[in-house]
Amino acid sequence: MGEKIFFNLIQLLVVMVFSPLIKGIIDRLKEMVQSKRGPSILQPYRDIWKLFHKDEVVSEQSSWIFRFTPYVCFTAPMFVSLLIPVLTDYPLFFAFMADMLGGGFVLALAGFFATLAAVDTGNPYGPMGASRTRMVGFLAEPVFMIVFFTVSFVAGSTIPYIVQKVWITPLANFFEPSHVLVMLAFLMLILAENGRIPVDNPSGHFELAMIDESKGLECSGRAAALMKWGGCMKFFVLLCIFLNVLVTPWGLASSGSVWEVLLAVPLILFKMILFIVVLVMIESSLAKLRLYRITEFMGAAFITCVAALLLQLLEIQG
Amino acid sequence: MTQFNALMGGLFILTAFGIVGLRQILGSLRLFVAQSLLLAASAFILGATHASVHLFVVAGIVLVVKAFFIPWLLYRVLSHELHAKREIEQALDVTTSLLLAAGLTVIAYFLVNPLLIAASDPFIRINLPVGMAGVLLGAYAVAVRREALPQLLGILTMENGAFFAGISIASDLPLLTELAAAFDVLIIAVVVGLLTRRIHKQVGTTLVGVMARLKEE
Repeated sequence: MGEKIFFNLIQLLVVMVFSPLIKGIIDRLKEMVQSKRGPSILQPYRDIWKLFHKDEVVSEQSSWIFRFTPYVCFTAPMFVSLLIPVLTDYPLFFAFMADMLGGGFVLALAGFFATLAAVDTGNPYGPMGASRTRMVGFLAEPVFMIVFFTVSFVAGSTIPYIVQKVWITPLANFFEPSHVLVMLAFLMLILAENGRIPVDNPSGHFELAMIDESKGLECSGRAAALMKWGGCMKFFVLLCIFLNVLVTPWGLASSGSVWEVLLAVPLILFKMILFIVVLVMIESSLAKLRLYRITEFMGAAFITCVAALLLQLLEIQG
Repeated sequence: MTQFNALMGGLFILTAFGIVGLRQILGSLRLFVAQSLLLAASAFILGATHASVHLFVVAGIVLVVKAFFIPWLLYRVLSHELHAKREIEQALDVTTSLLLAAGLTVIAYFLVNPLLIAASDPFIRINLPVGMAGVLLGAYAVAVRREALPQLLGILTMENGAFFAGISIASDLPLLTELAAAFDVLIIAVVVGLLTRRIHKQVGTTLVGVMARLKEE
């Protein structure tokens, strides 16, 4: 009991500590692909550190929502990280607090507050970006739902720990067509939800073209640091769900020993770095889509997971 | 083995969706190559399980003709078309046509369902509905696309779908039939490709969707 709470807290700590590192590695790799040197992989830590030591400027016109939002955006991914398999393949203390759907709702809550805060300040770019994020968000929502339906249909559960076991016992289940298609759909979902390239350019600094970034334009000082850190953690958490539940449910601690749990940390980082290489390849070889083509991108993701559901439903499987 | 075959089937349907919905001409052509590779893989798996030389021959023919020769030919004949006009016009918008395509997949399954009850072989249960869906999706692509080359790819998808279903039902097709089918497809591709080129020279576009009326000169 106490052990499980301890592991859960380790899990939370891992998410908090290593999420900026993952972002730093992505940025560095992307620059390297473009034949530049790029910033150090520790740059996100320095940014966050610097922002914490800066003064915060809050508009007089804004309400409590604007001050409250950074904390919501920061804590929501922390909550989700308690629910999902990050290090262990057996459920930990808080795992049954909510299923994957619940985790999705918690993340959506953070998105909702970020949108409100962007509208709150009256900066013209904020609401524009926020409404675009909402557009992408409501296009992504049905895909999210169908992915969960398919997954829970196959596994008979929406608790990620149980789902993860279903894919690999026996190993042949891994090659189930519905599984592969759900993986594809979830990949497209991650790209859209985190504002990665075919949907949004995360390194763009042109306010008119921003989708995801412009929500946080008005934040400064501690608020900006929390938003940034929260964004990193959200990405880390989604990667954990994608890798540990769907793609590579191996390399997790299966016993209660502390060393095995600690060994799982480098393994999950290794898996993430492998995935990041793929992500950077996708990002470097595609162009950003025009705003109204995003519907088609999400439509493709939707149809991919509907196809997965159909194949499962029509018993086209091994 | 059935697992891998099912995976091929799933990805096959996905590529057929792509041929219905993808906007880039070049991308559609690449998808067609992928689709043919999946077909060849499925034929290979079936051949290995049934120990049938004929299916290996089918896999070989598909690999050479459909995954290599036809795309290369179309690429050569229509390379200007591929690079100059990159986006395909559609009669319906992409999302709607993809949703209809998903509906067609379900219809395909219920069309072949009576046959599946009689079939005991697990491969038939996979290949027949997937192949049928391929045929319907190909026909749908022909109907909904307005460019000549994607329409041709639609026809070829129909053909691929028919093959996908066929290899599971008749595991020892006479070699002559296989050769004839492969050759037929090749001729279709050449004729349509040359015709498209000709249309492009005369009219300046390959938007066959707008060429609804005859014009006297």
